[in-house]
Amino acid sequence: MTADRPGEDAPVVEPVVEPVVEPVVEPVVEPVVVCTGLTKHYGPVRALDSLDLAVVAGEIVALLGPSGCGKTTTLRLIAGFVAPDAGRITVHGRTVAGDGRWVPPEARNVGVVFQDFALFPHLTVARNVAYGLHRVRDRAARQAEVTRALALVGLSGLAGRLPNELSGGQQQRVALARALAPRPALLLLDEPFSNLDARMRHLVRDEVRDILKAAAVASIFVTHDQEEAFLMGDRVAILNGGRLEQIGTPEAVFHAPASRFVADFLGHTGFLDGTVVPGGIATELGLLPQPCPLPVGTAVQVLARPDDVRLAADGGASARVERRYFQGMHNLYRVRLPSGVAIKAATPHEVVLADGAPVRVALAGDHPLVCFCEGRAVG
Amino acid sequence: MGAITAARRRAVPVPVAPRTWLLRAAAAAIVVVALLPLGYLALRAAQGSDAALAVLRRPQTAWTVLRTLALMAAVTATAVALAVPLAWLTTSTDLPGRRAWSVVLALPLVVPSYVSAYLYSAALGPRGSLGVALAPLGIERLPRVVGFVGAWLVLSLATYPYVLLTAQSALRRLDPALTEASRSLGRGPWATFLRVTLPGLRPSIAAGALLVALYTLRDFGAVSVLRFDALSQVIYLTLRASLDRPGAATLSLVVVGITVAVLGLERLVASRGPRAVAATARAAAVPLRVPLGRWRVAALLGCAATVLLALALPGIELGFELARGLARGQVIDGGRLLGALRNSAVAAGLAAAATVLAALPVAAAARSWPGGAGRWLGRLSFTGLALPPITVALAVVFLGLGVVPALYQTLPLLVFAYVVLFLPEAVGYDEAAFAQLSPGIEESARVLGRSPAAVFRTITLPLAAPGVAAGAALVFLTAVKELPATLLLGPYGFHTLATEVWSAATEGRQAQAAAPALALLIVASVPSAWLAFGWDRGRRRGDR
Repeated sequence: MTADRPGEDAPVVEPVVEPVVEPVVEPVVEPVVVCTGLTKHYGPVRALDSLDLAVVAGEIVALLGPSGCGKTTTLRLIAGFVAPDAGRITVHGRTVAGDGRWVPPEARNVGVVFQDFALFPHLTVARNVAYGLHRVRDRAARQAEVTRALALVGLSGLAGRLPNELSGGQQQRVALARALAPRPALLLLDEPFSNLDARMRHLVRDEVRDILKAAAVASIFVTHDQEEAFLMGDRVAILNGGRLEQIGTPEAVFHAPASRFVADFLGHTGFLDGTVVPGGIATELGLLPQPCPLPVGTAVQVLARPDDVRLAADGGASARVERRYFQGMHNLYRVRLPSGVAIKAATPHEVVLADGAPVRVALAGDHPLVCFCEGRAVG
Repeated sequence: MGAITAARRRAVPVPVAPRTWLLRAAAAAIVVVALLPLGYLALRAAQGSDAALAVLRRPQTAWTVLRTLALMAAVTATAVALAVPLAWLTTSTDLPGRRAWSVVLALPLVVPSYVSAYLYSAALGPRGSLGVALAPLGIERLPRVVGFVGAWLVLSLATYPYVLLTAQSALRRLDPALTEASRSLGRGPWATFLRVTLPGLRPSIAAGALLVALYTLRDFGAVSVLRFDALSQVIYLTLRASLDRPGAATLSLVVVGITVAVLGLERLVASRGPRAVAATARAAAVPLRVPLGRWRVAALLGCAATVLLALALPGIELGFELARGLARGQVIDGGRLLGALRNSAVAAGLAAAATVLAALPVAAAARSWPGGAGRWLGRLSFTGLALPPITVALAVVFLGLGVVPALYQTLPLLVFAYVVLFLPEAVGYDEAAFAQLSPGIEESARVLGRSPAAVFRTITLPLAAPGVAAGAALVFLTAVKELPATLLLGPYGFHTLATEVWSAATEGRQAQAAAPALALLIVASVPSAWLAFGWDRGRRRGDR
């Protein structure tokens, strides 16, 4: 098999690119997996629409999105459980799907941790972990690999147990050890914490991130939980309707969402209608003195998160507190503006405003706010 | 859920309404009556224990038992070897026409064993379709389908669908994530099948093999047509030819003993190793199918050969016998055929009605009686399934002669035997129908102020009705095909389609067996088709 080169008889002729030394100071990191133009239909449903994604060694990428956004389809395409309708997947530069080639899952060197763990119920923990080590012929070497993998996940004492004798968190770690034991190029995790209860989930998340980092394996991790994505991911990719909306560090996607969908999905958002004027953006809460590249008169939406909105009790004000949500460290308020728009605002926990109280509302002027025009971020 | 409910009930005893006690008493009475024949049989054997011991000491008895065990082993092994690859091909690969193949491959289940025994022996006989077809090629003598080889062939081809169906349903239930996990860990499709799929299938294959082994042990039709002296045939001859009642009773108890041993063996095989892991609904949506590639042709040929042997050959022979009978001017005795048809329908219809009436209180009581009592009630009602029909028929014969001679060889006693034989099936269907109701639905009706009886009438029964009706259809189907009890207990001159086929086939009147056999298959195919495709269609479409 000449699987390492692009197919000679493939209709698309790709020029063989010599590795160019780019004039960048930091070294070029070869991506472990590259997806280009990945598309998949299930009947009339377009599950994935020309997705581009690359993951470098040791990096954890969280795929985040609502159910049905294509994140699990992406994982199954990379694992080789389904074939793409269009597009290409390469692992370490070798095409595993696309260009008329399809490498079966067992030949891709890609590990998977399943949502329900999928431990083999008839095999002990040690034999589950050893299952993928069949190419290690020497028994002692194989045993050493099993011991190493179990030590990595902190389960050394449980090698002789059957899966049904383990707790959910332990099963999770066995699944991880089993996937990591053959030293895959890439690890895929499909909502790995959704089968654990809330308390366990918080404990296991940190552990799993530490294990993945210790193993220095490139990982793609699927979740619908924003908090989990931020906690686990070096980068977060947000999918919507089979398309990639944005990819970047958690800070980048949170502070500079590329679209209204991303901002909305990351939660606790309020939007204020505004108009571009010569000095900035005019809103119901006053002029935002920030430059905007759009022509004067354009309608925009300003993203106002609760911490960007200031409240002050003011008997003469026409905005009203509708409801207070006590959140422990702070109070969150839903405030109805005179125009009828509802907006959320946070105050320190010692500031308590009664429901129905008139309040003065202002935007914090300490940093420019993100604006959207027709759903896309401006500037 | 059940455990939690039970624990809660134990903690705070709920007073039980008098009507519930009435229901429980009725259920217990029904189970006791259904167990009477077996008790009576044991009593008779114990009374004549010297005679019984003498029967057991006879060398023929040992040979009969060995012959039967050998047949059971051969048929079970063949059925498993045939069915497991077929099940895998039709569920886990990209075999063209998987759905159609699984339907066609399961069809031999509808054909009673004595019908297929008759058709195979006729087809390979000197004047059969195969003999006539091969004569121009210079093949004058075909191997005869009789004795051990004949029974082995006929019963293997008749019973492999049991393993096929249990293995297929296990393959569909098996979590696809397990095979996906194996593939992602670097194992190919073949290694995955051997190391992950097959161990997961073991309990189901054991369950299917159990059905095949017990079917072979219980079968009277095929071994009697093919003149193979297995236990059930010997019991029949002992009773009818030698009029040796204690001997027949003793041999019947030997069959019960073998049944218990087989059940124990299956428990042993199935309990080692864990249960199959059920699939998560989402993962099952897009299972990973194994591409057959260049094996596709071989797989198709294997399926086609099985269908040819198990279905096409007997089918062609049936048509051939009918055509030849008509061509020779042997007029089909229409009056006699219609009479047999009517008798079959009446007996099976009464059996279905009586069995469902008897099964409902048992299933309902087993359900509303949490803890040990209910479970034991359900389990006891299943012992009828462990008894071969010839034994039950014999026990009812003794009971009739000894206790109510007026009823001997009357329709009510035959229907009673059917109820004893088919109660387990009906109770099973009813329990399954009740179990499918969502747990909260009856409790919410109770909370709305209805009594348990009203809830059962207005909520439970309407919702469970399709399952109960399916149970009735199954009893009808089984009763139409039933042979030994009908032969032993039917009123004098009471011919059914089953007895017509059997007597013509065993008396060498091959052509005259064809018309009642065809009528029997047509009558049996109606409830079969409804059971296979009709009653739970919506439900099944839901979980695909």
